[in-house]
Amino acid sequence: METLAQDLSPEEQFQARIDADIRIEPKDWMPEAYRKTLIRQISQHAHSELVGMLPEGNWITRAPSLKRKSILLAKVQDEAGHGLYLYSAAETLGTSRDQMLADLHSGKAKYSSIFNYPTLSWADMGCVGWLVDGAAILNQVPLCRTSYGPYARAMVRVCKEESFHQRQGFEIMQTLCEGAPVQKEMAQEALNRWWWPTLMMFGPKDSESPNTAQSMNWRIKRFTNDELRQKFVDMMVPQAEFLGLTVPDPAVKWNEARQAYDFGEVNWEEFWNVVKGNGLCNHERLQARVQAHEEGAWVREAALAHAAKRKAREAVAV
Amino acid sequence: MSATQPEQSTATAAQGASPLFPFVLQLADTSLILAHRLSEWCGHGPVLEQDLALANISLDLLGEARSYYQYAAELEGKGRTEDDLAYLRSAVEYRNPLLVEQPNGDFAHTIVRQFLFDNFHYQLLKGLKDGPDARLASIAEKSLKEAAYHLKWSSEWIIRLGDGTDESRKRLDKAIATLWRFAGELTTPTATESQLQELGLVPDYVALWPAIQAHTAHVLAEATVPEPPAPVAQLGGKTGRHSEHLGYLLAELQYLQRTYPGLTW
Repeated sequence: METLAQDLSPEEQFQARIDADIRIEPKDWMPEAYRKTLIRQISQHAHSELVGMLPEGNWITRAPSLKRKSILLAKVQDEAGHGLYLYSAAETLGTSRDQMLADLHSGKAKYSSIFNYPTLSWADMGCVGWLVDGAAILNQVPLCRTSYGPYARAMVRVCKEESFHQRQGFEIMQTLCEGAPVQKEMAQEALNRWWWPTLMMFGPKDSESPNTAQSMNWRIKRFTNDELRQKFVDMMVPQAEFLGLTVPDPAVKWNEARQAYDFGEVNWEEFWNVVKGNGLCNHERLQARVQAHEEGAWVREAALAHAAKRKAREAVAV
Repeated sequence: MSATQPEQSTATAAQGASPLFPFVLQLADTSLILAHRLSEWCGHGPVLEQDLALANISLDLLGEARSYYQYAAELEGKGRTEDDLAYLRSAVEYRNPLLVEQPNGDFAHTIVRQFLFDNFHYQLLKGLKDGPDARLASIAEKSLKEAAYHLKWSSEWIIRLGDGTDESRKRLDKAIATLWRFAGELTTPTATESQLQELGLVPDYVALWPAIQAHTAHVLAEATVPEPPAPVAQLGGKTGRHSEHLGYLLAELQYLQRTYPGLTW
C-alpha cells in the first residue's frame, strides 16, 4: 500500500477505489468535477421529487374513492420524504438546501422534464405511477450501487417506496381497463399522452449525451440512456398488452434477432423544447414552488425567531 | 355552550337505524372534510418538513374518517358503502361543524383551525375511548394517539407564531379573529348529541370543557397572546346548515363519482 500512496496521484488513487467498487464517503478526497457532477445530479433528483408532487397533488382532492385518496396522498407524501433524503445526501457534498432551492427557483438547476406535462384525468394518476415511476425505477435501481455512499444509501430507501408507487399506478390502470368502456378510453387516452414523454425521461441519445462517459467511468451512472430506454420499452410493451392498451407507436415490433422491441424515434425537438423551459407546465410548476417558498418565508422566520427567544430565555434561567 | 342546537328531522335520522348512526356519520364527515382541507396543502407547504406534517395529519384523519364511515354504513344497514356516504351526499346532508370546512387561508389560519379542532378532538376521543360502544371505543383508542400528536403540533405552532416575529403575530391575531367564532359549535350539542349524551353513548361536552379551556389558556399564555373574548358562536354545520365553502369542496371531492355514476375505481 505504501508504494501505491507514493506512486499514484490523488486522482489515480480515487479512480482505483472507484474501480474496486469501494464507496466514496463525504470526508474522502474527490476530484472537484466529481463533487460538482454529484451535486448537480442529486439536487436535480431532489428537485424532481419536490416538483413531482405537483402533478399528482393536482388529483388528491379529486380522487374517486377514499381508499384512492389515501393512497395517492401517502404516495405524494413519500415524494416529499425522498426530497428530504436527497437534499440531505447533497448537503454532505458541501452545499446547502437553501442554495439548492435558490438554484431551482432561479432556473439554474433543472428537474425532470416529465413534470412539465399536465395531469388531465384520473387515468393520469395511473400512468404517472405505472410509466413515470416505472422509468424512474429503471433509472434509480442502478443508483443504489452508485459510487458515492450517501447517495447510494438514500437511493435504497427511495427505490423501496418507488416500487410500491409503481404497483399502485399499474393497479389504477388495471381497474380502469377492467371497468366500463369510458374508463378504458380514459386509460388509453392517458397512455397516448404519457408514452413518449416517459421515453424522454432517459435523457438524450447516447451520441448526444456528453456527460455519460465520465459518469460511467466514475460509476455515478451504470447504464447509458439508450440502454435504459430499451429496457423500459421491453418491460412496458407486454404490460400494455396485458392491460389491453395500445402503445401509441406504430413502429413497436418484437425483433427476434435482437430479442428486444424495435420502436420509433422520440421527438427530440419536443424534448429539448421542454428542457429549455417551453413545456406547457414549466412556468406554473416553477411558479408554484417559488410561491410556496416565498409565502412560507414568514413561517420559517417565525420558527427561527421563536427558537432564538426560547434559547435566550433558557440561558437567562440557567 | 349549554344551549342545544335546534335540529329539523332529516333524512339522516333514518327510521330503524341505530341512534348512533347520525353521530358516527357526523364524526366521519368532520374528519374527512378537515383531511381534505389539509390535503390541499400537499406540495405547497411553507417548508418541506411541514409539508410532510400536514400530509401526515391529513392521512390520519382520512383513516379515522374511513373507520367511522364503515361503521356508519353498518349501523345504517342499507347496504351503503363508505364511498357512497362520502361521495353521494349533498352539502345539506353533511354533518361536519363549520370550523373544518373553512378554507386553509395562510398557514396561521390553518394552524388556528387545526388547534381549535385538535383541542376538542383529543378530549372527545378520550371520552369515546371509555364509552360503552365497543366499536367507537376502539376507533377512538387508535385515533387518540394520533390526535395527541396533532394537538402537540398545532399547539407548538400557535406558540411559535404568537411568540415569533411581528409578522407572524399579526397573522395569528387575524386568524384568531376569523376562526375563534367557529369553536363554540364543537362543544354545543345538537339535539341528536344531547339525546346520545343522555343515553351515555356520547361524552358530556360540559365535562370536556374544563380540560379544553385549560389547554387553550396554557397555549395562549405561552404564545403571549391574550385570550380572545368569547365571540358569538356560529352554529349550523352539524345540522346541515353550512357556510358557502362546503359546496365547492364537495364539488371537487365528488367530481368523478358524480360524473360517472356507479363505476368502480
